[in-house]
Amino acid sequence: MSRPADNRAQFRPEDHPNDHFLLTTVVGSYPKPKWLNRADELVDDEESKFDEDDLKEAHDDAARVITHEHERCGLDTVVDGEVRRNEMVEFFADRIDGYEFNGPVKVWGHNYFDKPSVSAEVSYDEPWLVEEFEFTDSVATHPVKVPITGPYTLGNWAFNEAYDTEEELVYELADLVNIEVERLVEAGAKYIQIDEPALATTPDDHAIVGEALDRIVSGIPEEVRIGLHVCYGDYSRIYPELNDYPIDEFDIELCNGGYEQIDVLTEPEFVPDLALGVVDVHTAEVETVEEIKENIKQGLKVVPPERLTISPDCGLKLLPRDVAYGKMENMVQATREVEAELDAGEIDLDEPLPLAE
Amino acid sequence: MTERVATTPGLFPLPDRAKQQLSDLKGHQKGDLISGSEGGQIAAAYEEYRGEVIAEQQSTGLDRIVEGQLRWDDMLAHPLTTHDNVSAKGIVRYYDNNNFYRDPVVEGDLTFSGDVAGELDAATALLEEGDALQATLPGPYSLFDLATDEHYGDDAEFFEAVAEFLGGEVEAFPDHETLFLLEPSLVENAPDEDHQEQLAEAVDAVASETDADVVVHTYFGALDEKTYAHLMDADVEALGFDLVAGDREDTLSNITEFGTKDAAALGIADGQNTLVESAETLDERVAWFEDQIPVQEFDRLYLSTNTEPFYLPVNKHREKLAAIAAAANTDEEEVTA
Repeated sequence: MSRPADNRAQFRPEDHPNDHFLLTTVVGSYPKPKWLNRADELVDDEESKFDEDDLKEAHDDAARVITHEHERCGLDTVVDGEVRRNEMVEFFADRIDGYEFNGPVKVWGHNYFDKPSVSAEVSYDEPWLVEEFEFTDSVATHPVKVPITGPYTLGNWAFNEAYDTEEELVYELADLVNIEVERLVEAGAKYIQIDEPALATTPDDHAIVGEALDRIVSGIPEEVRIGLHVCYGDYSRIYPELNDYPIDEFDIELCNGGYEQIDVLTEPEFVPDLALGVVDVHTAEVETVEEIKENIKQGLKVVPPERLTISPDCGLKLLPRDVAYGKMENMVQATREVEAELDAGEIDLDEPLPLAE
Repeated sequence: MTERVATTPGLFPLPDRAKQQLSDLKGHQKGDLISGSEGGQIAAAYEEYRGEVIAEQQSTGLDRIVEGQLRWDDMLAHPLTTHDNVSAKGIVRYYDNNNFYRDPVVEGDLTFSGDVAGELDAATALLEEGDALQATLPGPYSLFDLATDEHYGDDAEFFEAVAEFLGGEVEAFPDHETLFLLEPSLVENAPDEDHQEQLAEAVDAVASETDADVVVHTYFGALDEKTYAHLMDADVEALGFDLVAGDREDTLSNITEFGTKDAAALGIADGQNTLVESAETLDERVAWFEDQIPVQEFDRLYLSTNTEPFYLPVNKHREKLAAIAAAANTDEEEVTA
């Protein structure tokens, strides 16, 4: 069952201008400043004086800049743009005992992925994200969300040498994610997002993801908000099963597909809160406020306003930085305008958008 | 006495140095991938790495040498994505993997290309005395399945055109000992009744164009019964089976029910996992297969990874090739001992 908690109100800013409150957030990644990419390369250059301490300082600076950039957009909850992370599996595999790297493998064309191998039992060694969270939290004036790659993706996007089945590996990893979430909560984190893009490619494994989520949230207080992000999938393959997931919020892209799948989520009734992607991360044009408002209303077909979160489709890291900023700024403005229209009773919640012709 | 032949389906991972160098030379975008008209530094780089992977096979002791198919950016769709009358369009998922290829949209007649023959000519020049060349192509059904037709307008006609196209390519190949036709689509997207009826004829249209031994290799699991029965009608030396996949018992029941050819290809090493099976483990897998088919002694067994090996990092792929070569030699050592 979905978690019974109502833990959304804690993210409502004190000076929020409207009675209605649609929580605005980001999925996580954001374009890195160009100089940070240079710094990442420079530290490997033996002829350079630029060392690991310098790189840490550069990462701190970048995290501060992106966190503040999110705040300037007006987002209710912020992330540091994942500027310290290289790739969503590699970063964690590097920190989990049991993984090893053997070299890049092809994804398509000349795009490669340093796909790790699980060559021994996985175990928890050092914290993965606690320092990252503590730093971001210390520089942010808004609540911080922490995205974590989920155990299904950490297992499915690696070579499994050590476990009889992938399922077994995924559950072991879920227990490690649970430890990490506990540590983050101890450090003060209130909003955790589990990223499971691999579920979109193998939707038949939805029950494994469900069991993994049960393990992840075990012992985690209900005031901690737990989201699940999945993207670019056929949601009819995992709906309504996802209604049983122990999450507060389900976060998906649908803008990219023109909301063709939105009706999938309306029958039977959607159980968790919906975090809906309202800007496309695969187009470099900034959507207008008016367009985004229409997209937000798509979400109102599925859940009432008090259960709707507003988000971009996915991580923004592949966009030009000014475009990413423009999308977030317009997204927040559109959200505030929809809230005001809801306050004024101008949106018909039974029929938020004109019916398709 | 069963002869064991150590081989590979081809489509090797690019050497790590090549990954970086070719990506710098070609670029990262869809339009930067191989179109078949490359020259200059790009062609020179491929030539160098072709030499590298052939030398590797020679020193590992494989019984068949493949060209390596390092240019096949679009994996099994390559023979079409390099064709003049085909446009390489959107990026689509390659079977059930986290890999993608450009959708080959056929917009005109599938005339003779010669792209693969050119690669094999180059490989032939690098062979040493006693080396046996193995050519690799997608099987006609898989290539048909991976492509989009905007020209022929009729499925049956398009399937036939793909088979005839492949036959024309094979006719231009230099001398080769073996031809592997890779047919994963027969498992992943099994043919409907009409395509089953056409299957043997399509395979024969390719196989009849060579004097070499032809192996139709299947993977990602077992074939369904009907597809298997129709494939058995094809006039080829051997069918290939995935013995790593969990449903290998289904493969055995197909063989028990419908028989098989006098030779077989066995995918015994996992082409999609870095765990390196020892030669002993591979040998046990071969023995297991032979034990399960007691009515038949095979003339020849080709041993290889189950899938194309491009999914693997280079170091593990090398180790797997060495283990396969050792497993193929196990029997001979026992006999001479």
